Amino acid sequence: MLIKITIVEFRMRMREMLTPAFALALPLAMLFGFGLLPHAGRPNADLGGQSLAEYIAVLGMGVAFVILAVVMLPSVLSDYREKGVLRRMRATPVRPSALLAAQLAVNLGAAAVSAATMVVVGRLALGTALPRAFGWFLAAVALSLLALFAVGLLIAALAPSGRAGNAIGMVLFFPSMFFAGYYVPRSQLPEAVARIGDYTPLGAGVKTIGDAWTGHAPEASQLAVLGLYAVVAGAVAARTFRWE
Amino acid sequence: MAVIEATGLTKRYGARLALDGVSFSVGQGEIFGILGPNGAGKTTAVECVEGLRRPDEGAVRVLGLDPWRDGPELRQRIGVQLQESALPGAIKVGEALELYASFYRRPADPRGLLARWGLEERRDDRFGRLSGGQKQRLLIALALVGSPEVAFLDELSTGLDPSARRAAWGLVEEVRASGVTVVLISHFMDEVEELCDRVALFDGGRIVASGTPGELVDRAGGTHRMRFRPVGEPDLALLAEVPGVTRVERSGRHVVVSGAGDFATAVASALARHRILVADLRMDRHTLDDAYAALTGSASVGDETAGV
Repeated sequence: MLIKITIVEFRMRMREMLTPAFALALPLAMLFGFGLLPHAGRPNADLGGQSLAEYIAVLGMGVAFVILAVVMLPSVLSDYREKGVLRRMRATPVRPSALLAAQLAVNLGAAAVSAATMVVVGRLALGTALPRAFGWFLAAVALSLLALFAVGLLIAALAPSGRAGNAIGMVLFFPSMFFAGYYVPRSQLPEAVARIGDYTPLGAGVKTIGDAWTGHAPEASQLAVLGLYAVVAGAVAARTFRWE
Repeated sequence: MAVIEATGLTKRYGARLALDGVSFSVGQGEIFGILGPNGAGKTTAVECVEGLRRPDEGAVRVLGLDPWRDGPELRQRIGVQLQESALPGAIKVGEALELYASFYRRPADPRGLLARWGLEERRDDRFGRLSGGQKQRLLIALALVGSPEVAFLDELSTGLDPSARRAAWGLVEEVRASGVTVVLISHFMDEVEELCDRVALFDGGRIVASGTPGELVDRAGGTHRMRFRPVGEPDLALLAEVPGVTRVERSGRHVVVSGAGDFATAVASALARHRILVADLRMDRHTLDDAYAALTGSASVGDETAGV
């Protein structure tokens, strides 16, 4: 049953093209756009010794994560609630929570595909190194996804309509990108801005993923920040989520 | 045997009393109509019966189950078409029916339902691209895809054009003929008169009248009116003596005779006996519309919802 719902939700998302565009096309465009610049493969002092190609691979998966979790998930769920899709599901033997689980599965699956693509395509096409602390890399990716999806569920819980869900996601999306070092590399941001970035879910996420990629254990404080987002936003979302 | 037995249902939303001691029962194989203006408590009552809402007071049994405690089991055996519900815009017609069929232990054949509800050609189209009437037909088909024992249809013919409405009524009759009990929530008097065996008329959270559509019409003051234009200047006082006649009045060149029962036949023979010629004879029959207006004190909802 859950599998069937997940398959249908997946097919619908593929039909609308936005998901493959943001989960795959955008990160790949970033990877090749910057990764093919001269010297992109060399260690770069401005990036704390990381090569530009690796730095971009991390930002590429980060942007896919944040779009899936904070923009797409809440916009779909609040739209389903507004249109009565969740209400209709309540009138069947299946609980509407199955639909929520299917949405999480589809979005998390897309995020995982996005991360794997950055690692594998970077390695094969641009010769980037595989994440050097691989276990930490997996843990950092998983924890970042938990934090971001908890925030997405919280938006879905609070948004009164599909349009509002989408708007809140977008309002959070652009500053998230700024504080996480997308427009200007983190090492060149003013100290205060970089500190704030360390405490945003996306900023803490790309930093821990980047650290693991270059072979460092992530800072405990940043793992704690991510864990805190996951627990607090997740708990508030669970308490306030309405089916209709 | 009663399939639905609701007793003393009461539901408050804050200070507002949405249901105030509502009781009704629906028998096996009946088409039961729930009628009333907006905000009368129809939807709340039905949601209590479906187990989607819990009444503050009162008891409900549906197919021998408690809708609130035995919700998942009950929902295996009922089918629901909700007002103001929809499907995701990107789901395809056939996909939606197959998905919903997978929720039930004994699903109906999705292809058969598509054919019966005239959706075969739209099988591969997305829900968002269907016309209003096609969406409505798909939502009705979804209510029947679990082979329900009781089907709840809320505003069945919203969005359907006149011929599709007739077709939908025929299909509802067929559904009932196959042994399914149908609960019809409706604004449309013609639909209720055509389909329902019994009706409960809701107003202000209570049932203000119930019975067959014919009984409701009679209860709302069963007077009918007969209207004609006499030829010449006959003496009409003698019509007041005719059995069943309650009132005779002039309205310009016309005469209006009000009465109850079979007074019209008696008036016609009195006119013939006294050799009074009349022209332009018309009979105003009271309908469920009039009964509705009289019993709820609100205007005919047929007009109110014409634009919906």
